[in-house]
Amino acid sequence: MELLSGGEMLVRSLNEEGVEYVYGYPGGSLLHVYDAFYNQSAVKHVLVRHEQAAAHMADGYARATGKPGVVMVTSGPGATNTITGIATAFTDSIPMVVITGQVMSHLIGDDAFQETDMMGISRPIVKHSFSIKHPSEIPETVKKAFHIATTGRPGPVVIDIPKDMTIPNDRHEYSYPKKVKIRSYAPPQKGHTGQIRKAVEMLLEGKRPIIYSGGGVILGKAHEQLRTLVRDLNVPITQTLMGLGAYPATDRQSLGMLGMHGTYEANMAMHHADVILAIGARFDDRVTNATNKFCPDAQIIHIDIDPSSISKTIDVDIPIVGPVDSVLDEILNILGELKTKPDADALESWWNQIDEWRKRHGGKYDKNESGVLKPQEAIEGLWEATKGNAYICSDVGQHQMFAAQYYKFDEPNKWINSGGLGTMGFGFPAAMGIKLNFPDEMVVCVTGEGSIQMNIQEMSTCLQYGIPVKIFCLNNGYLGMVRQWQDMNYEGRHSSSYMESLPDWGKLAESYGHVGINVEGKEQLDQAMADCFGKYKDRLVFVNVVVDPEEHVYPMQVPTGAMRDMWLSKTERT
Amino acid sequence: MRHIISILLENEPGALARVVGLFAQRSYNIETLTVAPTEDPTLSRMTITTSGPDRVIEQITKQLNKLIEVVKLVDLTEGEHVERELMLIKVKAAGAQRAEIKRTSDIFRGQIVDVTANVYTVQLTGSTSKLEAFIEAIGPNCILETVRTGVSGIARGEKTLSL
Repeated sequence: MELLSGGEMLVRSLNEEGVEYVYGYPGGSLLHVYDAFYNQSAVKHVLVRHEQAAAHMADGYARATGKPGVVMVTSGPGATNTITGIATAFTDSIPMVVITGQVMSHLIGDDAFQETDMMGISRPIVKHSFSIKHPSEIPETVKKAFHIATTGRPGPVVIDIPKDMTIPNDRHEYSYPKKVKIRSYAPPQKGHTGQIRKAVEMLLEGKRPIIYSGGGVILGKAHEQLRTLVRDLNVPITQTLMGLGAYPATDRQSLGMLGMHGTYEANMAMHHADVILAIGARFDDRVTNATNKFCPDAQIIHIDIDPSSISKTIDVDIPIVGPVDSVLDEILNILGELKTKPDADALESWWNQIDEWRKRHGGKYDKNESGVLKPQEAIEGLWEATKGNAYICSDVGQHQMFAAQYYKFDEPNKWINSGGLGTMGFGFPAAMGIKLNFPDEMVVCVTGEGSIQMNIQEMSTCLQYGIPVKIFCLNNGYLGMVRQWQDMNYEGRHSSSYMESLPDWGKLAESYGHVGINVEGKEQLDQAMADCFGKYKDRLVFVNVVVDPEEHVYPMQVPTGAMRDMWLSKTERT
Repeated sequence: MRHIISILLENEPGALARVVGLFAQRSYNIETLTVAPTEDPTLSRMTITTSGPDRVIEQITKQLNKLIEVVKLVDLTEGEHVERELMLIKVKAAGAQRAEIKRTSDIFRGQIVDVTANVYTVQLTGSTSKLEAFIEAIGPNCILETVRTGVSGIARGEKTLSL
């Protein structure tokens, strides 16, 4: 058997797992490992400028591919800088393996230089974590980490490695396990057939049924089954912020997003539905509005791989615990066997009602009168320029909601955003992680002048590794969503939501070796888009889009109200 | 309502921290907690008493089950069970009190495990309510120090919590 050091074992194990890129930042406790990287070329390392960005890069890659992203950082501040990134992945159930250096075993607990209790600090935001006690544990631990991160409800896993586990001349026998068994970990493989049959009956009996699908459909790679089910039953579908793209947004049966900034028709249809089929969604507070007023007439079926998501905030009538793809397969099989068909008359009047709702609002917004671009218009311009085919990586705030509403996602894994944690600074590094792995695809970071400054330093990484993402910055000079809440709930007192002293974005981009374009008005937008994907195709372009600072995101649900209680514009309420 | 959750846990460093952390991070209540290895040294058995509405208890068991180190768990209060707690209580035992403490201790089937001229240390085993009744009977003026293990529990009959 081969003898390897812990550092070599780690790199080899990552290679065994098919890892092509590791995103990270070296430091004292990981120098042996970085030296092991130096002697091989199978696993490549991308040096970021801040460890948080490494985590978001890995996360973006994972969201686009379904494969786990890998992060490697040193102990102490290196590790703590990844915390926001780990929490972001945890909240959205993204598979990730985070390798953190640790001080020498004998120094742990002594407040040594760059020591921090990473196991403790990360504990509430990981699916699991491991601390290495002997170099020979490394291969099996890596195998376990990848297994846990990617199976069941996915999530981030931390491996904390003290420096003395990786000493170059401390060699041990290496073999990479083919399989791993963890006796206390057995994610569900299949839903309960009896429950599934009951669910199908309930669905077929519905007069006003609706499907409410979430990120679990994308994570569970079940979008094909979802599409078949929606079409076979001729039911409307609404998708959560995390679920966009599983069902094509441009299709007639799609009502768009639901929830706080969901469409009028989606929220109305949910409120009036008599049967709701929730698939891989978790009845988040940004979806349900007040839980005691949630969908009063509905019987609810809930499919989720995580039992703790079921009846957590909303009691459901038929819970089904299992992987979304296999449960949907079973539903489709049962539907195929049954002679019963959905009630066509009831569905027709349900669709008529929905079409009425569509007419009332239908995503309308006031077009610019002053010549200043509306943010919605900017997103629509981006959608047209990219023909709806780009990876859109969003930051957090108004621009995120506008992108979710106006960029029509027809495919899964293309809409990349921090939906659960709401991490500003996520979009740009996430876009980098995707562009690096899909160099021929259009990858756009939709951001604002607030969010982009939270990881702006990564423009340097982009130049070093040739990562020509497009930064599409909706610049309204304000922290737009904060301002919107202040307008609506604090009588317009804009406390600390105005950003003064912004840089000259064009010069900033140029000083990092990239291209900057300033956009004011629709004509310049069209030109900028043409340049972005034309003559500057292979360059990072920072597009600074000046947009109307007065604009709000609508619809917006009224706090403590039901799904149907919404503001539709500054003056119009349901 | 009060629940006794009995957990079979991997006997590994950090496992206890995950369980306790889960309760803290999700604002669940822990009334008592005991943990010790079982006859199988790779496993620990933990007993937690907690209380809350059914929805919260359901979440507690589901969230505990998600922890990788939790091998199995059962809510003992869902069925017939035996629960015991051990208490060591140091009480003033001088003059006329001395005989009275002894009598009360006998009534509760306690044992006096340490004696000085003025102090008895009583060992008492039983349900939580029995221990509380004893504390009540002795009265606060006599009690110098109390230490309790927290509840351990096991299902009645042939049901077992094992691999």
